Amino acid sequence: MATSPALALRRPGTVAARGGGTLARGVALGYPSLVVLVPLAALAWSSRSGGLMGFWTEVTLPEAVAALKLTLFLSLLVSALNALSGTAIAWVLVRDSFPGKSLLDGVIDLPFALPTIVAGLVLLTLYGPNGPFGLNLAFTRAGIALALLFVTLPFVVRAVQPVLLELDREMEEAAESLGARPVATFRRIVLPNLVPAILSGVALAFARAVGEFGAVVLISGNLPFKTEIASVYIFGQIESGNERGAAAVSVVLLLLSLGVLLLIGAFRHWRTGHDG
Amino acid sequence: MRRIFLTFMPLAILAAGLVAGARAAVESATLTLVAYSTTKDAYAKIIPAFERTSAGKGVSFNQSYGASGDQARAVAAGLPADIVALSLAPDVNTLVGDGLVPANWDRNRHHGIVTDSVVVFVVRDGNPKHIQTWADLTRKGVQVITPNPFTSGGARWNVLAAYGAERALGKSDKQAISYLYRLFKNVPVQPKSAREATQVFASGKGDVLLTYENEAIYANKKGIRTVYVTPKHTILVEAPVALTKSGLKHPEAKAFLRFLWSSQAQKLFAETGYRPVVKSVGGPVGDRSTQSRGVFTIDSRRLGLRGWKSVEYRFFDHANGIMVKVEQSLGH
Amino acid sequence: MARHALRLGVLGYLLLLLGVPVGLVFYRTFQHGLQPAWAAVTTPEALHALRLTLLIAAIAVPANTLFGVVLALALVRHRLPGRGLVNAVVDLPLALSPVVVGLALFLLYGRGGWLGGLADRGLRILFALPGMVLATIFISLPFVVREVVPVLREIGTEQEQAAETLGASPLQTFRRITLPAIRWAIAYGVVLTTARSIGEFGAVSVVSGRIAGKTETLPLYVQSQYENFDPTGAFAGSVVLALIAVATVLALRFSRPREEV
Repeated sequence: MATSPALALRRPGTVAARGGGTLARGVALGYPSLVVLVPLAALAWSSRSGGLMGFWTEVTLPEAVAALKLTLFLSLLVSALNALSGTAIAWVLVRDSFPGKSLLDGVIDLPFALPTIVAGLVLLTLYGPNGPFGLNLAFTRAGIALALLFVTLPFVVRAVQPVLLELDREMEEAAESLGARPVATFRRIVLPNLVPAILSGVALAFARAVGEFGAVVLISGNLPFKTEIASVYIFGQIESGNERGAAAVSVVLLLLSLGVLLLIGAFRHWRTGHDG
Repeated sequence: MRRIFLTFMPLAILAAGLVAGARAAVESATLTLVAYSTTKDAYAKIIPAFERTSAGKGVSFNQSYGASGDQARAVAAGLPADIVALSLAPDVNTLVGDGLVPANWDRNRHHGIVTDSVVVFVVRDGNPKHIQTWADLTRKGVQVITPNPFTSGGARWNVLAAYGAERALGKSDKQAISYLYRLFKNVPVQPKSAREATQVFASGKGDVLLTYENEAIYANKKGIRTVYVTPKHTILVEAPVALTKSGLKHPEAKAFLRFLWSSQAQKLFAETGYRPVVKSVGGPVGDRSTQSRGVFTIDSRRLGLRGWKSVEYRFFDHANGIMVKVEQSLGH
Repeated sequence: MARHALRLGVLGYLLLLLGVPVGLVFYRTFQHGLQPAWAAVTTPEALHALRLTLLIAAIAVPANTLFGVVLALALVRHRLPGRGLVNAVVDLPLALSPVVVGLALFLLYGRGGWLGGLADRGLRILFALPGMVLATIFISLPFVVREVVPVLREIGTEQEQAAETLGASPLQTFRRITLPAIRWAIAYGVVLTTARSIGEFGAVSVVSGRIAGKTETLPLYVQSQYENFDPTGAFAGSVVLALIAVATVLALRFSRPREEV
């Protein structure tokens, strides 16, 4: 994207900087601010009413802490599981071939397109007390994990797929011709190339899992300290009129998830040397 | 092919949306009823009955149903409402505090109470675990379903029924409170609202559900195979209804409220499993005048229940209430 | 062989996690025949819920598309102060729980909120269409932007610069050169945005007030039917949403700009 000296004098930026550029900049700053920042500011503001002490009290309530811990734990677990399963699924979709593969590939997007409440309803009916399998996961942490696995399915898969597709297979073929076993080839040659994509997918999956509400609210059972995740706790606080508490815990939840996302981003940066 | 499909889909949605938006409904007097979850069935009958009366001609209704506390909070936050029908008086009183409901809402013959019910035990068909009394609820291996007292009005009634029943059996205040600890140890799941609790029980979880009698009757009607046991000592669940200040501006709303206390409406309430508050309207489960002696109320002072104000703070205050400590004791 | 084992493993996982549950939706809906399901999905309440859901999407999607494209252009083509921050803000809805989004809007537009006074002046935001639209716009904000930005970066400015040296106005440049290059990215983003808007539950749950026939979207309707022991109604509504989801998935496949599968 280098500009020649002649064109440098007439960068599109200068022309469009008047009129259209200003408008574009105005929108770019105004739209997300209005839609996203202002409500969030109201949220942060509400959480500070009552001062630092009030904020601290709310977020150190045992039930809140338990909910946050459970959310973090389950989200990390599910994200890790997705790293494995998502890569495996992407591998099968790219490298394998069998009838119906194309259909399968389409189906992967379904959890993203399906409303969360429908996913929750369906999982509850299937893996709940009256489910056809006799497997009752309702009101258990395993049930929550299942719901989270459902909604986060596409993220790692869709992040890894394009990378796998574009991967140059020469090195793998070279390794195999030199006698390396497939697993070793995968580990030493393919995997390092996939790690940034996997981490991207994991970050998205994690962010989604941490905030998930609709898919979990039916199957979780709302048992404080046992199966109450942060979003359900926050919802409960809104309902009992404790908006300040809800706002405070929301802020903590947001900071926690941003923290993990930053960590993942930093790890990627370190591994790949660039911001992929 | 791609192009056609892709242009078609957003256009289809846009078209559908425009059609939907263009259908501006033209209504005459429209009243908004905001009610708690288990009344939906009842109002489904009562509203059409009202619309057939001369006072109700041409009146149409918007209706919203949800957990009582949820609804109260929504109205406080601006949900338009002309009539609020909630599951306990404190929820209405928070709206008084917010200036949305006049303070004299309960100054009528019925103290603002439109229906009665009692707290009952819903058990599986045949009552396999032989649950009859409050003591049975704390037996080992018995799983009790009750909603979360901090989100559900119904759950508060359950807690107070339990407490009052223990007191009625001669236990001291301390003993009654320790009963609550034991009771909640047997609670595996605390759904958000009374209706949701019924849902959970119906889907197979738990041995006994603590809920309103009218909810138990509703569950049976919907084909859930359960029976219910009315414990000897239980609390009278008094559900209030009130006009909001905006409702006061509509004579139709006042007429609707009056209608709710008419024998016609009270009969309809009775048909959906409530106990009418108007004497002489008997129902399948009786009315206020036929209360058994074991039924106490929120104002039964000798049982330590001194009205909602004190009870709300003592049991359900979000930081210091007894139930907060009970919930905390469950978290290991 | 390892390959077969992997394939079976993956298929089994997907079957249990996706296939059976979604198949169950259809089964449970039509379990008692076509008629009850049809009746359940054509009640006035259900129809209104469907119309409302589509209406909200019909507003949110074009808004996020239009502003998304402008935003993407501003981020990539113009010197935007605080670009990193804008990027982060645009991505924020992806990291936020929908309940938190609903709460934020609730605090802003509710009584006592900064914009709470609007309701008193007759402009009802919460518990009415505008609030639900705002929640949906918030939640589905990132998608068009995120799809268009990398494509804009990739195609570079050469052609646009060339056009401008030849005397094209910025608008012409955009229409003739930029837009065709990013249109599949836009299409993909639009499909993602639409899917997210239609399926939104948590945020709308908090701000809607669930006024049956007025502010009850189809996902909310599904929940309320479930709660009222009307499983056929809940599942019928779910089937409608599932069919829309399937249509979305198809649209995604057709519009995926990158690879062939």
